[in-house]
Amino acid sequence: MAEPGIVFWILAVVTVASAVMVVTLKNIFHCALALILCLFSVAGIYILLNAEFLAAAQVLIYVGAVAILMIFAIMLTSNLASKAIRQSNEQVMVGTVVSVLFCGGMLALIYLTDKAIVSEETGVAFWRQVRGTLPADNVASLGGYLMTKFMLPFEVVSVLLLAAMIGAIVLARKEKA
Amino acid sequence: MDFTLPQYDPFRMLPEIFMLLWALWVFTYDLITKRQKEAAVGYMALIGPAVPLLFIVFYLTGLLPESWRYGGSGFGAMFFNDTTAMFFKIVFLGAAIMAIGSSFGITKQKIVNHRGEFYGLLLFSTLGMMFLASSNELLTLYIGLELTTIPLFVLAAFFKDDKLSVEAGVKYFVIGAFSSALLLYGMSFLYGLSGTTGLVQMKMNMAVVFLSYRDIGVILLGGIVLLVAGVGFKLALPPFHQWAPDVYEGSPTPIAAFLSVGSKAAGLVAFGKIFVNGLMAFFGPEQAPNDWGMLVGLLAILAMVIGNVVAIRQTNIKRMLAYSSIAQAGYIMIGMVVLNEHGMASVAYYIFAYMFANMGAFAAVAIFEDQTGSCQIEDYKGLAKTSPVFAVSLSLFLLSLVGIPPLAGFLAKYKVFAAAISMATVDPSASWLYWLVGVGVLTAVFSLFYYANVMRLMFFSNEEPRHKITYSVPALCVLLLGLAGIVVFGIYAEPILKLVRTIPADFGLYIP
Repeated sequence: MAEPGIVFWILAVVTVASAVMVVTLKNIFHCALALILCLFSVAGIYILLNAEFLAAAQVLIYVGAVAILMIFAIMLTSNLASKAIRQSNEQVMVGTVVSVLFCGGMLALIYLTDKAIVSEETGVAFWRQVRGTLPADNVASLGGYLMTKFMLPFEVVSVLLLAAMIGAIVLARKEKA
Repeated sequence: MDFTLPQYDPFRMLPEIFMLLWALWVFTYDLITKRQKEAAVGYMALIGPAVPLLFIVFYLTGLLPESWRYGGSGFGAMFFNDTTAMFFKIVFLGAAIMAIGSSFGITKQKIVNHRGEFYGLLLFSTLGMMFLASSNELLTLYIGLELTTIPLFVLAAFFKDDKLSVEAGVKYFVIGAFSSALLLYGMSFLYGLSGTTGLVQMKMNMAVVFLSYRDIGVILLGGIVLLVAGVGFKLALPPFHQWAPDVYEGSPTPIAAFLSVGSKAAGLVAFGKIFVNGLMAFFGPEQAPNDWGMLVGLLAILAMVIGNVVAIRQTNIKRMLAYSSIAQAGYIMIGMVVLNEHGMASVAYYIFAYMFANMGAFAAVAIFEDQTGSCQIEDYKGLAKTSPVFAVSLSLFLLSLVGIPPLAGFLAKYKVFAAAISMATVDPSASWLYWLVGVGVLTAVFSLFYYANVMRLMFFSNEEPRHKITYSVPALCVLLLGLAGIVVFGIYAEPILKLVRTIPADFGLYIP
């Protein structure tokens, strides 16, 4: 497997560090800012993986829309931004053990898989075999598939969004007394 | 790139299209009647699942004209109507009908403003299950599962002023999101290994990959663990079960019933499609379950033991039924790990019998709760004196859940155990299935304790009963429907058995 470059390592460190900040910082507003940083560096990793459309969507939707909404919600809720919160409860030890085990398992998985693909050539041949080559134009082929082969799931997603929207309105609406 | 529209036929999606339009109509109807007609909205919502149900039953019994070819592919690999899909759609629609029928009480008393949304979201959730049952492909499968659960988050929290209900909604939401993430992570492994999301294509691609790179299996194992955890949460299979009792206790009772049957059946279909259909490439007929079989068998044992033991200590009947449903999931998973011509068939029959018994039991609990506001088991004391019909029907539902003949639950347990034994006798390497059956039989006997405790209180308590039950028409119909289901299909199960016998073929399992 090719060695990841320096850009990858910078992005990886930033992603992990900001993700840890999201779940440990005391001020919820700072957490939201750390989350934006985390999502942003994930978008960078997508670009390294030649998935530029995914990266653009990540920035537009997560960094742009979702995070901004979250910040709005925090700032419009009175006293939330200035309050110090506790992010952990008495189960923090259990949580840590499970996450460390999961992380270790995933690392072992990556290591073993990497070892199974013995040399550079077989590795490339393996991925070719299962996945074919990258399309020349990501966005065009994505759009093409969404409108042909994957049209039905695309339409069902719109029903899903409708259901989520109705549900959110029902729950958030203030009832008349 | 090949951008051509796959062969499609909207006619094969007619029930789904009808459900979608009808759900929108239910929303609209509630609004144009200015939210005044509480019962009419309910009856209107009942039509939603009833019409597709009749359509599918008519198709299966051959009552539809010959030219109406409903079965087959509706949109390439994205939508496919085989026997499995149709059978599970019957289960989903039946569960939806019984859930709506037992909701009339709460929409009269507790939900005053959003009756249309309550029923409409229930229909949306059922629609998601139907898409899930018809999917032959990871993407539609996932989207179907999401469309199933997202409306249920809202429905669980529908009593906005009730702390328990809100807690149930939030818990279910967090767990649901977490398990979906695990599921997607696992699916991405499968996609990475096979380069396709289509389940049939996935099977073939993986065979090719494994022929050349045998050591790559470790990443498949990682994917399997993630997928089992993801679906395990949806099925409330221990150790992923802790959310279930809290969510069932807090949710509106009909929604708890729908969660325990519809959502569980949806998880089962997803499990069957991914594992039995997708991950069975190298295991021919009459062979031992592969590496995920043991893992799932272990979870099944945990489910049967934990579910049945913890249920004994419950004082709230909804929590008791929650633990009972955890245990039932364990019995179902026995059938799931049997990879021969009986395995999936027994799973299908089990979920069918379970639907009637569990929906019926929850419907009885809902009737009791509507009139007394209580879910405590001790409040059921002496009910047989004032409301014999209620006491007898609740007892029959519970007996069917234990598996007492001649009720449908008995035949269901028998089929599951028989499937496991038939596999274990043929194949020596599957002899661990005997252990599963042994634990299953023991815990089934054990479960009689807590089910019988409710009956003992209703029939043999000397205390004067505090309540007398009166029935509304829809609730009574649901009770009778459940009773008819467990009695009729317990004694005369042949039509259903004939139908489920063809199900294993859909999963590529051998039929003699």
